[in-house]
Amino acid sequence: MANRNLVWNVVKKSFTFGIIGVTISDRYASVVPIRGASMSPTFNPIATSLTGPMTGDYVLVEKFCLEKYKFSPGDVIVYRSPCNYKEKQVKRIIALPGDWVGTRQTYDVVKVPEGHCWVEGDNPECSMDSRSFGPIPMGLIQGRVSHIVWPPQRIGAVEKKYPQGESNPTNSTKTQGRERSSFS
Amino acid sequence: MDDNKIDDDHFSKRFTEKVHCEKRASMGQWRSVVKEAIDRTVIIAKFLCLLHVTNNYICSPTLVYGPSMLPTLNLTGDVLLAEHVSHRVGRVGPGDVVLVRSPRNPRKMLTKRIVGVEGDKVNFYPDPANSNQYQSAVVPKGHVWIQGDNVYASRDSRHFGPVPYGLIEGKAFLRVWPPDCFGRLDQ
Repeated sequence: MANRNLVWNVVKKSFTFGIIGVTISDRYASVVPIRGASMSPTFNPIATSLTGPMTGDYVLVEKFCLEKYKFSPGDVIVYRSPCNYKEKQVKRIIALPGDWVGTRQTYDVVKVPEGHCWVEGDNPECSMDSRSFGPIPMGLIQGRVSHIVWPPQRIGAVEKKYPQGESNPTNSTKTQGRERSSFS
Repeated sequence: MDDNKIDDDHFSKRFTEKVHCEKRASMGQWRSVVKEAIDRTVIIAKFLCLLHVTNNYICSPTLVYGPSMLPTLNLTGDVLLAEHVSHRVGRVGPGDVVLVRSPRNPRKMLTKRIVGVEGDKVNFYPDPANSNQYQSAVVPKGHVWIQGDNVYASRDSRHFGPVPYGLIEGKAFLRVWPPDCFGRLDQ
């Protein structure tokens, strides 16, 4: 009888904690791992080929921005992939509704339609983003990445970076080199 | 002299004891009040969490109004029950009435019927009131084609194209208001 009581208590406690956890992660903030190199050097700065098995960064995703859907260019967001609803991707917002975007490959200029945004990865060589599937609806956005929480030496806020800064090649290679050397 | 002192000591001791007792009593009272308040808050928080989970993962009521679904849903406002399980496991197909986050305005929800899923070829009349010409489109991967039942007054995939599956938020399956229309929604 005591055993059954104990089991019942454990079940009840875990159920409660599960519900509270799901609510917090849905409404306020959650922690997600990042896989892949599409956002390097912001996340996962160590290249896969050099270090073998990759240790992904864990990031804090805040959901308060979903109340008003107010974003600014340079924010890093998590969104559901428009091609596969089960997959979530992390990219940086480049342009908001009404802005004009130039794609790098075709040199076209595209206007971002109402309620959409243009997302790109920080690592243009290996990133599936708006350059291949076009602007995404803002309804797909699941949250904004605010901090890196793991590994401990990389804890810190994710800064906004504007596409203008990205186009400066000397600057970006310098920071990349510094980060890489601090890890080897 | 000595007697007096002892008395004084005694008195002060008793007095401090009394004060301590009172303090302890009032502290205990405070503590119980605070404890009760915390207990109540925790219960309410748990209830709200449960409500959130039920609303987001199992089923939730939705008020739908507008002319776009006219023969099926009334103009003045119906309350539907929408379930949130089948779109998560990918079991939403053509004919289902779904709640979709509008691609034009992410704060708005639309209620439309799925006409085609990925890979389907959809024929539609872009302007049914004025012309009889139809166009056809192939729904790309990971997208669905949604259309209102009332093609004359509906803003849907004919205007903004196929929508990503990830925008689907639920599947309406039961109408609960008005009471004389209570029942399942047919496909």
